[in-house]
Amino acid sequence: MELRHFRADLHIHSCLSPCGELSNYPRKIVERALAAGLRIIAICDHNSAENARAVVRAARGTGLAVFPGMELTSEEEVHTLGLFPTMNHLLPLQERVFRGLPKLPARKRLTQDQVIVNENDEVLGFSPHSLFAATRLSVHEIVTGIHQCGGLAVASHIDRGAFSIFSQLGFIPDDLDFDALEVSPLMTIAEARAAFKPPAHFPLVRFSDAHQPAEIGQAATDLILAGPAFAEVRMAFDGRNGRRICEP
Amino acid sequence: MILTDIIERMDLKIFTGRTELERPVRGGYASDLLSDVIANGQKDQLWVTLQVHPNIVAVAALKELSAIILVNGREPAADTTARADKERIPILGTSLSAFEFAGRAYALGIQER
Repeated sequence: MELRHFRADLHIHSCLSPCGELSNYPRKIVERALAAGLRIIAICDHNSAENARAVVRAARGTGLAVFPGMELTSEEEVHTLGLFPTMNHLLPLQERVFRGLPKLPARKRLTQDQVIVNENDEVLGFSPHSLFAATRLSVHEIVTGIHQCGGLAVASHIDRGAFSIFSQLGFIPDDLDFDALEVSPLMTIAEARAAFKPPAHFPLVRFSDAHQPAEIGQAATDLILAGPAFAEVRMAFDGRNGRRICEP
Repeated sequence: MILTDIIERMDLKIFTGRTELERPVRGGYASDLLSDVIANGQKDQLWVTLQVHPNIVAVAALKELSAIILVNGREPAADTTARADKERIPILGTSLSAFEFAGRAYALGIQER
């Protein structure tokens, strides 16, 4: 089997995220991702996958692989990416997350609208949950919950001064089983390794954390895979069967 | 001042570290970012926080803090208690907010020397 490079940006927000730009709707995301040379993306809005299905559908027939995901906020305010093979995988975790989020106060707009759209970019409604709030789950419960649903857990932007595992908890607890650690576009992987000295067994990846179309692919990671499938990405994170992450 | 004085005068709940209550207290630090406490906490300070994750014990031990004060009526997670017992780190609790607790403790004379 021939292994090839697949450029992946697995941390992209849509117009659902309260800090995301309205212009980040499904067809725009797909168009920008392809223009940026990406082969695999993941949609990770804050605490919600309500727009992920629309982007998966918008990408059909384009050759772009889209994984549904969420960027989950733990009670310690640590952000973790949950990446999943399909929407059905993540729904049980989504339910637990929504149960712990406060409802958005009526008529109060602390943030931008949290817009739910379909694959044709038509507005279906607005998320009633306070997506920027913290869930009632600890970071351990979140990582375990992602794994129970068949997903991959990636610590978000470990180099950022807020909402990262290092900013919130000082260091990575021994029993916290992340599949990878993400570095933001602000740092290179080598710089992050030097600055934070993460345990060597964690692979490091670099994604854009895009909140607007122009940011998509600004940081990305090359994966060596047989194809753009979720199981292949898992093997690359684990470094199995020749699949691997290219660290520049 | 030592921990027992503060426990008595601030009516604190004792979660862990009952054998360590004669520890001296010199000032305090309030923060919920553990990275910030690692950078700026000082020996013998009270650490005022609402974080209950087990890592608070490691940070308190590393910085030789006098005690951890959990505010807003929060209680340590089960594995946090277990780790604190092992490391002999006092974890104390108050129903006050961080602002209220820090203000009253400061008024009691818990200030940097």
